[in-house]
Amino acid sequence: MDTYVWPAESLARVPYWVYQDQENYARELRRLFEGATWNYVCLEADIPDKGDYRTNVVGAMPVIVVRDADGAINCFENRCAHRGALIAFDDGGNVQNQFKCIYHAWSYDLKGNLRGIAFERGINGVGGMPKEFRREQHGPRRLRTTTLCGLVFATLSDATPPIEEFLGPEILGRIRRVLNRPIKVMGRFTQALPNNWKLYVENVKDTYHASLLHLFFGTFRITRLTQGGGVLVSADGGHHASYTIDRSDDRQSTAYRDQGIRTETDYRLADPSLLDTVKEFGDDIQLQILSVFPGLILQQIHNCLAVRQVIPKGVGEMDLEWTYFGFVDDPPEMTRRRLKQQNLVGPAGFVSMEDGCVGGFVQRGIAAAGEQESVVEMGGTGAESQETRATESSVRGFWKAYRHHMGY
Amino acid sequence: MDVSRLVELNAAYARTIDNEKFEEWPDFFLDPCLYKVTTADNVAQGLEAGVIYADSRGMLRDRVSSLRIANIYERQRYRHIVGLPVVLGEEDGLADVETPFLIVRIMRDGRMEVFATGCYRDKVRMDAANTPRFAERIVVCDGGRFDTLVAIPF
Repeated sequence: MDTYVWPAESLARVPYWVYQDQENYARELRRLFEGATWNYVCLEADIPDKGDYRTNVVGAMPVIVVRDADGAINCFENRCAHRGALIAFDDGGNVQNQFKCIYHAWSYDLKGNLRGIAFERGINGVGGMPKEFRREQHGPRRLRTTTLCGLVFATLSDATPPIEEFLGPEILGRIRRVLNRPIKVMGRFTQALPNNWKLYVENVKDTYHASLLHLFFGTFRITRLTQGGGVLVSADGGHHASYTIDRSDDRQSTAYRDQGIRTETDYRLADPSLLDTVKEFGDDIQLQILSVFPGLILQQIHNCLAVRQVIPKGVGEMDLEWTYFGFVDDPPEMTRRRLKQQNLVGPAGFVSMEDGCVGGFVQRGIAAAGEQESVVEMGGTGAESQETRATESSVRGFWKAYRHHMGY
Repeated sequence: MDVSRLVELNAAYARTIDNEKFEEWPDFFLDPCLYKVTTADNVAQGLEAGVIYADSRGMLRDRVSSLRIANIYERQRYRHIVGLPVVLGEEDGLADVETPFLIVRIMRDGRMEVFATGCYRDKVRMDAANTPRFAERIVVCDGGRFDTLVAIPF
């Protein structure tokens, strides 16, 4: 694309080149992921003790997240200051006091400071680094970190506001609603998706599709547009929380059957214990899907809880990292309930597997349509919170934030 | 337990899935049972979750109904190559068995790709009719990365 011009001023139109263009992709990595946003990098529960670390990426940038001796969490680029090799090359572990690059044994403390250079003074006075070389002037780039309810975020930008301000009060409240006590990880899976990362983020924010694409949702009344609920969109548009409220009068609703929608059937579970749900958050919200711009999703579907991280892998590929969790104080029957309900989500999820392929269908469908645009006009053209889910308001919110950060 | 019975069991299991006779798949299990698809990393870290988790024949049947009626995905099928079972132990008629597998996924457009490798960690018992059935089949995938989606069981 020669000129990155939005086809219309409206948030209700999105040009297809945004999912295809290589230069635009590089700009996204710089301006969104490395820009003034908070990127999810791990859970506090992943690194409880001094020297515990995890590796992750912020956009394309590999990072190390580590807890230091003071209990602080530090994040720095996973790139040796010497020749650029990865400093740590496993998913995580414990390093005691220092990281050491395997290539030439340069070492770093837990704050990412370059501390040691092998043979810095050479051998028998010959070789080595010049005397004027200053270790403190060399080191991997450091990211600021912040934590919220056990989630760890990092940012490269000095301009990123505090996380509470970044999210806004409504979304903040919805995160606190779910992450209200210490969590424990129950499993991790990666789903490799054949589509641009934004197609998945839009899918997550798209409250309109859920009961239309996913038969499982509709038939078992996990969520239907005719149930109570709505969508909250942050003021900048970037973050959202959609929710479904259990409303007993929905069982008599014939709206889906009247419209002949595919998802209305008499299909019933042979073992309904899958959906044996308990209210654990002190309200009637049975489903809450929340996104933090640009690439984190926090999900509560009944008692099935997960964080999902969106990792771009090029213009037409992405990884979705699923971390299923429960709470440290879960009794055994709650653990079992969560294990069963985890069938709903993930790569084989009853209500999520279609999301794995539908992004690819769009990516392939638009292959020759870079100059065309998609229609995102359900519920109007704005990006405000709405008390219905028959809207694409939070998808438009994404584009509002996207255009702001990208300068479009 | 006679290894030849386990070889037959695994061959019939793979053939049932590869020939898309999914409705017969739950019959390979006792009821209750445990069927789980997970990864070597999760097992190593003691993490219990699976991408598929069923503890009754009913839940297995629900998997089949869902993939037949509810779930939408591009046409695809599997080819299982199942290795030889090793009996690790046996107690009170319950055999502890491990068998390696490889699954090639054949897509609508003709692609044939390795979709998963791993090992089945099984607990096998003879039922009343002296047919071996799974009390437990934990599918431990070697890797943790699943391409696009997992519709058909492993």
